[in-house]
Amino acid sequence: MKFDDEPVPGHPLPILPGHVSPGRFERLLRAGGFAVTTELAPPDSADPDEVYRRARVFDGYVDAINATDGSGANCHMSSIGVCALLTRVGYAPIMQISCRDRNRIAIQGDILGAAAMGVCNLLCLTGDGVQAGDHPQAQPVFDLDSVSLLDIAHTLRDEHRFQSGRKITFAPRMFLGAAENPCAPPLDWRPLRLAKKIAAGAQFIQTQYCFDIARLRQFMTRIEQLGLIDQVFLLVGVGPLRSAKAAEWMRAHVPGLYIPDSVLERLDGAEDQAREGRNLCVDLIQEIRTIRGVHGVHVMAFRQEEAVAEVIDRSQVLAGRVPWYPARDAAPQTLGAGS
Amino acid sequence: MYRMREWSVRHASALSRIYAWLESLLVRLDPLWRAIGHERLEKPFAAVERTVKGFLFDCQMCGDCVLSSTGMSCPMNCPKHLRNGPCGGVRENGNCEVIPAMKCVWVAAYEGSQNIPGGVQAMRVIQFAVDRRLSGTSSWLRVVRDKTGAGA
Repeated sequence: MKFDDEPVPGHPLPILPGHVSPGRFERLLRAGGFAVTTELAPPDSADPDEVYRRARVFDGYVDAINATDGSGANCHMSSIGVCALLTRVGYAPIMQISCRDRNRIAIQGDILGAAAMGVCNLLCLTGDGVQAGDHPQAQPVFDLDSVSLLDIAHTLRDEHRFQSGRKITFAPRMFLGAAENPCAPPLDWRPLRLAKKIAAGAQFIQTQYCFDIARLRQFMTRIEQLGLIDQVFLLVGVGPLRSAKAAEWMRAHVPGLYIPDSVLERLDGAEDQAREGRNLCVDLIQEIRTIRGVHGVHVMAFRQEEAVAEVIDRSQVLAGRVPWYPARDAAPQTLGAGS
Repeated sequence: MYRMREWSVRHASALSRIYAWLESLLVRLDPLWRAIGHERLEKPFAAVERTVKGFLFDCQMCGDCVLSSTGMSCPMNCPKHLRNGPCGGVRENGNCEVIPAMKCVWVAAYEGSQNIPGGVQAMRVIQFAVDRRLSGTSSWLRVVRDKTGAGA
């Protein structure tokens, strides 16, 4: 999709009425498109080309790329660094900010810096505990939590001031997001927590992996009853599982990840388990897209990033649309004219 | 003490009634507190509060107490100090992702809040970023000041 008023491909768009950011991701969602996002695993390296190589894998299949912020409490290139590289060439990153490693002074500074570099989307997270990662000896910060972080980001953007009350001269124009996990206990409380995040400023939500459609449906029904369904753009987390063994490992080690036994059995019974994992992902995407209130999928495919293109292609959620990427309009002969 | 903490959540309703009574008493006695001076009372109040709430709730003395809105489960016992609800890492059995032997303080909070009239509604109120300068100070005296408009 190319917007008529896009001055230079990849550059900030004019902000339309009712929009808060100059980004393509918000444009697409507000225009009613079904969005696809994914996650870029930041390198353990200072080489910018590694970031670009990892981003190029998704070219033509995703609308925005999440730059993770020390996910799993492991040390990698920073999310703001990855975002700076991505925006230089026009990608639309979603900058993840975790409250684990920085206090409110550092975080607010980063939000301003990121916005100045053209980052249009912010995902406000609490972050995993340091015990989960490769530096368990580190000091956990947690000065804020995801909800108070959302509140602070929204105050910066809409009230043009820091949490201290001090004014800023030019506000960060960012589309604000948060995470939710429809499949983790206490299940009854999750929709109310989502309500809280929306009240604190969340405009889009990316969920943890949802392998249990029944739990997701239950969650969405409650969201509808609470009158929240039109107040937020919700992208459901999905991803290909490599094998039954990998799934079992993830179930035991990834905090809050719920994989029902039926999924393990399906993978276990398959001849080519990796292929079955991708089939399952396609099936899930096709089912999830029919649920009312779902506006997209967030595909997480750690260490099998090349599978993202396949599952998106096969699930046909893009309906022929080719999301913008830096070389898209320069190379129409290989992918068809960008439309 | 973890077991005491569990007991407090089970008795959230009674404890919230007792607190409401205590708060109104403290507010009524404010002329006395003012005569003595809030500043002079800060240390003894904080000491009593630390003892009582430490025993009942494993209170961390954040100085910005929200127990009445969290089903009498202290959110500062969450390893991430979450004050607005559980993180996405809660285990299938309702325990904490960081401390697997501990029940998630927010799973406990949700249970406790269901025993307090209006408790679930109170949990829906956004808790803004904590003022860390309050750490170690008495929440009770602060509440008295807030309610009587006596200033800081």
